[in-house]
Order: sequence, then C-alpha cells, then structure tokens
Amino acid sequence: MRKLTLAATMAALAVGVAPGISPATAADLRIGLQEDPDVLDPDQSRTFVGRIVYAAVCDKLVDITPDLEIIPQLATGWSWSDDGLTLTMDLREGVTFHDGTPFDAEAVKANIERSKTMPESRRKSELSSIETTQVTGSHQVKFTLASPDATLIAQFADRAGMMLSPTAAAEKGVELGLAPVCSGPFKFVERVQQDRIVLEKFDGYWNKDAIHIDKVTYLPIPDTTVRLANLRAGDLDMLERLAAPDAASVKGDSSLQYAEAVSLGYQGITVNVGNGDRAKNPLGEDPRIRQALELSIDREALNQVVFEGAFKPGNQSFPTTSPWYDKSLPMPARDVEKAKSLLKEAGYDKLEIEVQVANNPVQMQVMQVVQAMAAEAGFDVKIKATEFATLLQEQSAGNYQGSQIGWSGRVDPDGNIHQFMTCKGGINDSKYCNPEIDALLNAARQSTDNAVRKAKYDEARKILSKDLPIIYLYHQTWIWALSEKVEGFAAYPDGMIRLENVKIN
Amino acid sequence: MYSYIGRRILITIPTLLLVSVFVFILQKLLPGDPILVLAGEERDPEVIAFLREKYRLNDPIPYQYFYWISSVLQGDFGISLRTNQPVLELIKEKLPVTIQLAVMAMIIAFVIGIPTGILSAIKKGTITDYLANIVALSGLSVPNFWLGIMLILLVSVNLGWLPASGYQPLFEDPIKSLQTMIMPAFVLGTALAATLMRHTRSAMLGVLKADYIRTARAKGLFESVVVLKHAFRNALLPIVTLSALLFGELLAGAVLTEQIFTIPGFGKLIVDAVFNRDYAVVQGVVLCTAVGFIFMNLLADVAYLVLNPRLRDQV
Repeated sequence: MRKLTLAATMAALAVGVAPGISPATAADLRIGLQEDPDVLDPDQSRTFVGRIVYAAVCDKLVDITPDLEIIPQLATGWSWSDDGLTLTMDLREGVTFHDGTPFDAEAVKANIERSKTMPESRRKSELSSIETTQVTGSHQVKFTLASPDATLIAQFADRAGMMLSPTAAAEKGVELGLAPVCSGPFKFVERVQQDRIVLEKFDGYWNKDAIHIDKVTYLPIPDTTVRLANLRAGDLDMLERLAAPDAASVKGDSSLQYAEAVSLGYQGITVNVGNGDRAKNPLGEDPRIRQALELSIDREALNQVVFEGAFKPGNQSFPTTSPWYDKSLPMPARDVEKAKSLLKEAGYDKLEIEVQVANNPVQMQVMQVVQAMAAEAGFDVKIKATEFATLLQEQSAGNYQGSQIGWSGRVDPDGNIHQFMTCKGGINDSKYCNPEIDALLNAARQSTDNAVRKAKYDEARKILSKDLPIIYLYHQTWIWALSEKVEGFAAYPDGMIRLENVKIN
Repeated sequence: MYSYIGRRILITIPTLLLVSVFVFILQKLLPGDPILVLAGEERDPEVIAFLREKYRLNDPIPYQYFYWISSVLQGDFGISLRTNQPVLELIKEKLPVTIQLAVMAMIIAFVIGIPTGILSAIKKGTITDYLANIVALSGLSVPNFWLGIMLILLVSVNLGWLPASGYQPLFEDPIKSLQTMIMPAFVLGTALAATLMRHTRSAMLGVLKADYIRTARAKGLFESVVVLKHAFRNALLPIVTLSALLFGELLAGAVLTEQIFTIPGFGKLIVDAVFNRDYAVVQGVVLCTAVGFIFMNLLADVAYLVLNPRLRDQV
C-alpha cells in the first residue's frame, strides 16, 4: 500500500504538475553555456564564457562586425595622429552606467587606469602601449602611446575596452567581479555559482530600441549531450558550442535552428624548439623533422573524422576565411613519401616523439588521429594525456617535446602571432627565436596601413612555414543551436552572443 | 549516554585536524600551477608574481597550512581563486542542495531497498527472491551517467514531464524543486537501493535462522509480527551502519549525477575546484564533507544504542 501511495505521488509529480514547468515567458531568454564563467570583472577575468556574459552586461568602446570590421559602440569616432602615437576618441553622449553614473571621458580614463594599474588586472599587456590617457573634453579622450600600436583599437573591442562604472569600481575594488556594474543592455541581477547568472533589461540603455528581451539567464551545463537535451526539452532557448557530431541532428530538426562562425583562434601542436633541455631532440632541433610531421598529417581527414567536417582545417595562425591568411601558402596536401624522405634526410627511418594533450575526449581523439597518420611516415607518436592545469605548467616550464594546445584568437592579427613567435613573446612556450621574425612582426604591429601589415605577416609566414614552431591543425567553428522561437541572432567569429535585435516569440 | 556522545565529539577534533593536513598536502602534491591557470591566456609575469604573493604561494608549505588553518578556526575559509566568492558562502549555498539530493536519494533507496531485501529473505530460493536479485544487480551495474542521460531523453525530451536539469531551492518553490530533483535522486537512489537490498537480505537471513524466531513462531505469532518486529529490528544494526556510510558518501557530492543533471551541489563544486586548482574551495569543501561524514558515523553509533539495549550498559 505504501509503495502504491509513493507511486501515485510520483506520478502526480510527473504528470499532474507538469504544466507548471514553465517554458520561458515571452521575453525571457535562457542560454546554455559550456562552462561556468570565472570572476565577472572584465579586468580580472580570463575565460571565454565570461566574455559571453559581458557581451550583454558591458558595452565596449568599439565593437566588431561579423566581418571583423571595427565599428563604434561607446566611442563614436576616432583618429590617429600621423606619427601613430596619439589616438583621439570621441565618446557617445547620454550614456549612463547601471548605477546611474554618467559615462564620460573621466570614466574612460578611470577604466584605462584600472586596467593598467590594478595588480589583479589581466589586461596590462593588451594596453601596455598606452602611456597616458588625457581628458580633452567632456566626451573626448586622447591616448598617447609609447610606440605606434595598430592593435590598440582591436583591444578596445574586447575586455580591455569594456567600461565599468567608475563609482562602483572605486567602491568595490577587486570585489566588483561579484556583481559587475557596466553600461550594457542588461544589468546584473544574481549569480549562483555553477547554476545560473541572471540579468535583466537595463531601461536606461542608450540603444534600448534594439533590445527585445526582458531577462536573460545563463545556465552552465558542461555536458554537451545534456545541454542539447535541455534545448530540445524547452528548458533552454539557445546554447553555445554545440558538439560537432550533433550538428547534423540539429540541422535536421525543424524545431531548432543552427548557426555557425569560424573562430578567430586555432588549435595546433606547439613544438619545444628552444625551451630548456627538452628542446634538445630531433623534433625540436631539426625543422625538416617538423616539416615531415606536418606532411604526414591529412588535416581534412582529421576534420572529417573528429569533427564530422564542421571545423576548418588550417595551416596558419589565421583561418583561411581571414583577410590576413596568406593565400600563397595554402594547406599542404598530405604527402607520406615526402615526409619519409625528409625524415631520412635528417637521418631517421623511425622516430619516437612525445606530444602532450589535455585529457578530454575530443583533444585525445585529435591526437590519436595524428598519431595514426604520422605512424605511416615513420613517427612513433607517444601521447601523454594530462589535465589542462598540468599541461600548461609543463608547457610553460619547457618540460615537453610537443604540446597539443590552441589559442582562443584575437580580433587583431597581432594577437594570434606576435606573443607566440617573437623571442620575448609573453607566451612563446616553444621559445622559438628568430630576429628576422621579430623585426617583421614588430613592424606589422606599428603600421596602421593594413596593406603594409599584411605584407609583413606574409613575409613572416614564409619563414614560419619552414621553421614550424607551431604546426597548426584546425580552426574551431563556434556552433550555436537555437530554438525556432528565437529570431534575429547573428553569428560572430569571436563566439560572443550579442543580444541586440534578438527576439523570442 | 551523553558522556559517550561527548567523548565521541572530542575524538573528532584530532580526526578533523588530520583530514585538514592530508587535504592540504595532497593538493600541493598535485602537478599543475593554479596561478598559471588563473593568470589567463596571456600569462603576464607581473600578474603571476602578484597573485603568487597575494595567495601566499611563495611561503613554505607548513606556513601556508598554519595560515589557512588559523583562518579557518576564526571562521574564515578564504575566497575562491576562480570567482573571488568567499568559500564559506559557497559552502552555505551548496550544502542545502547536496543535503536535499542526499535525503531524497536515501528515501528512494530505503523505500525500494529494504522491502525488497526483506521480501527476498523470507522468500529465499523462490522466483521472487531471484527477481529481486536481478533488479538489485541491474541497479548496481547500470552506470549513473548512462541512466541519467536515458532518463533525461525519455522523461524530459520525449515525454516532456520533468525539466531536464537545473535546480530550484526547496523553500522557494517546493514543487519545482522536487520536480528538478526527482530524476537525479532516483538515479542515485536506485544504485543505493541495490546495496541496501543485498545487505538487508543477508542480515535478515542470518536473523531468521535464530532460535528466538523459532520460539516466536512456536508461540503462534503472526508471521508479519515475527518478521517485522522480531527479525527486522535485530537485522537493522548492519543496515543502520551501512545507511550512515552511504549517506555520508552522498554528502561528499554525487559528481557524475550532479554533472549530468547540472545540480549545483558539492560534487560539481569540488570537481571544478580541483581542475582549477582552487585550493581554498577544495580544502573548505573536503573539511565540511569530513564533518558530515563523522557526524553520520556518530549518529549511527547513537542509533546502535537506541536499537540495542545491551550496548547501553557497555558505554
């Protein structure tokens, strides 16, 4: 009898109250994230998912178009001095932060100072070229640079350009990350770690006519299958980073929509060519062996096997879709014979190499496919799977031969190459060092003429494609799945979810 | 009895200290540098140096330990390196979630496990016994994550009866809360029910052979009275111990189940914290879990005293 009562209660729970499981009310949008963001302070934060939340909370000085053109956001216009050492920006008037503080030149100055001087700030290197920030009008600022820096504007299109309320920043200090106060279309309401982040529409938003959502809830759901199941069950309205193998099933489902954009970043194998004693091995010392390894890999097949063709294979730090891609050096076709002969030329028939990889199923699969392909050319690839924190430590300490790792990508091409390939680059873990490359990449950074920059990058690529300190493999594609009720979503290569013009029916 | 409980509580103090030392040292033995993860993709050396100093990672490990434990004794568990939230706040936020899930899972485990255990003991060797065993074994052998995903696909995606995942605090919206928790509790509960069923069965089998059961039957008592009053009460002791241990384990968080159903409890918290080398969070949660475990053991011992009058004289 007792069992019967229980069964009845459970059934009632399941069926009787089911209508209570609310599909979101009209303008309530629920977004599934792959991870829980870290601290919500643009100056302190470091995760990709964190930036997705900022896209709704914090406006930036400038934004990008899907084609990576820089467009005004909080800055309405800007101009460079002829020597490239001063940047003058005009700011939007009539903008207020969520706490009512007005947005003006003083606010910009305070934000730049905070990013540059707060000890916890992760934005220092991005803004390092700024020497002084001057207030030249109530809504005009002038940045004076130590040396010309063409990348600066693009930095303002990301976290370094996000404007926090100076009042809140002064009051809260490092704790601002618990409840950020910006000037974006949505204001922060609450966060339950690993459960949800809730935002609500900011009525004082300068561009509020473009906002049609009243409340946004971000729900971190790490398991991709479960995230998709939630979307199908109507518990989510959209999700980011759909697993590539699920793409076909989403495309075939009339109740769902599919959106994608090739990311700005890359995945590849970083080779230790000069980082301590572990660089002293044939792979690290002889570029011919790295060329042989590259030739043994069929990137297209790798993409088909692991990602069902959803990603973009690539051989450069920029994806093939980027205007910065050097078309004169296309992806080499797989050539096992040539790989073998290069290996032989270097004095080896068989060669054992060790590559570390983060121990998640997808990256492991990537390396297993590489392992199988490289074996045919004579490489015996030992895969060393470690979790990410360890991988990073080993890599930065030089305790590795090869490391399968990627980069999330930056709007400006400099962000994908300078810090990896220059002798003193902050994250040059392969410790590749070539004065010629340094000269080219520094010059590319200093010119504001894109044609000049492109020529420098192309020249550098000619050298790098022979030296191969990083063997690029593919560029991730950001994939979003949305309920049919969502309208107006635009896919951007930076992977962000911009809520302007997004509607839910 | 009270002095017994008092003594038991005193013994927990060195145990907890030992646990705190172990957690601290084990974490330090893990490879991987928290600051490298924390510094972000750019890994600015200036930021790295500052953070190391800020979180006292340059100090010798014993210093770090004493600094941490003395703060803990003053009620300060530190802050999460990842989100800057105070660890104590995180624990307060997650503990009710974990307790709710644990209690619901235990209820399901009891309701299924104990009756089937008793039933299969009294019907030993019959088809009922075999069926109960098959059910129990499958409960034990089906992996949580698989059962969880299957349930989500069936109950949420296909039938649309329950939300696929998420969490609602019990006191904010009890019905919604039960709806979101029933599937994960069921997944956890069925696995525990199998263990409980096996132990109930063997305890009952042992007791049913005892002389006093024969006497009870000879007195002409109803079979239900013999089984439930005379046999079951005596078979309860191992079940109580087991339940306390199982419950203690649940308090440590059900990692896979929480991950699948996206329940923000201890399991998810600690896994994320370990991967991010969020030391203060790992230490705080493990310490808290250890307290829970010790408390459950204490409760089991007290329950022994209540259930078994003979023990009362010994303590």
